[in-house]
Amino acid sequence: MSSKAPADRPLSPFLMYRFPLTVILSITHRMTGVALVFGAVLLIYVLVALALGPGPFGIMRTLLGSLPGQIILVLWTFALSFHFCNGIRHLFWDLGYGFDVGVVGKTAVIVVIVSVLLTALMWGMFLAAAVS
Amino acid sequence: MAQYRLPKNSIIMPGKTYKADGATGRIVVFQVYRFDPDTGSNPRLDSYEVDLDACGPMVLDALIKIKDEIDPSLTFRRSCREGICGSCSMNIDGNNTLACIKPIAEIDHKITIYPLPHMSVVKDLVPDLSNFYAQYAYVQPWLKNKQPPPENQERRQSKEDQSKLDGPDECILCACCSTSCPSYWWNSDRYLGPAALLQAYRWIVDSRDDAVDERLDALEDPFKLYRCHTIMNCTKACPKGLNPAKAIADIKKMLVARRF
Repeated sequence: MSSKAPADRPLSPFLMYRFPLTVILSITHRMTGVALVFGAVLLIYVLVALALGPGPFGIMRTLLGSLPGQIILVLWTFALSFHFCNGIRHLFWDLGYGFDVGVVGKTAVIVVIVSVLLTALMWGMFLAAAVS
Repeated sequence: MAQYRLPKNSIIMPGKTYKADGATGRIVVFQVYRFDPDTGSNPRLDSYEVDLDACGPMVLDALIKIKDEIDPSLTFRRSCREGICGSCSMNIDGNNTLACIKPIAEIDHKITIYPLPHMSVVKDLVPDLSNFYAQYAYVQPWLKNKQPPPENQERRQSKEDQSKLDGPDECILCACCSTSCPSYWWNSDRYLGPAALLQAYRWIVDSRDDAVDERLDALEDPFKLYRCHTIMNCTKACPKGLNPAKAIADIKKMLVARRF
């Protein structure tokens, strides 16, 4: 019986895999890591604008004060909180803790909740500072 | 580089439907990945209606029933039918597991069955495991000890030392873990994958083995071990309840610890 050469064989599907929360967090950890690099560039822009004086500073304020600017800032602070919390989870893993199937799911949920809370806390503080 | 789309020859086409005419019991639809190497056409997804009241409880029972009564051309690996041989590993309802120990009743809808993910398909549910076995061979899964064993006696081991092997030595090499790992999908040419690494660990922690450094050396490069990013799919997939992710983390720790 003739059989197809290995090179002609199809690749079995893989993106139909039912990804558990742990995988989604792993991907999010990478994405937030990349986002933080862009956030760092943004931070440098803010500092440069600050140093250049009232004109550039005003432009920066208008840009970041606009709705898209605010959304970017919220996402950036979320990326920071998430990457921070999940980074701690990674540190525990590096020490050899938290590998049980039941535990990884729970720590995943905790990371999501705490990072959302941290983001909310930061914005609560920003808004409080803006009002006073 | 990670690739997200299937190559042209791998895109799945709609397939045939086999109705369970005259069946009186509960009907469940099994959608099964089919690929025939002799026709040259793309893989397809065939649907089989199976009467559960005339079928055993496990997914493998249904596959055997389909092969026996509906479509003898359906091809899959199976042997022990009790989760000890590791032959019938496949992707059932989105998760890698052994068909023989996966109850049909755990899935309350249409059951979709694919071969193990991101593998070269030989036929239907049979993937080519050559690379997987080569990776297993790479970790040299045998006892290495320069001392000859004691005269007329086996090499002794304390209960405590033996208990370190409980788990890792229960691996049946079904490949559920390695083929569930996104890192393995995209780097299986250089990353050894959770199954081979769990076996590397099994020999590293064996008190009777004295080649620990040699074994660790063989893993210390950017790809063989360190493509593990603790995604945890391996441990979640393992039908034997083993923990390759923890073993990999322990190997990483040993690589750091031996520097001091």
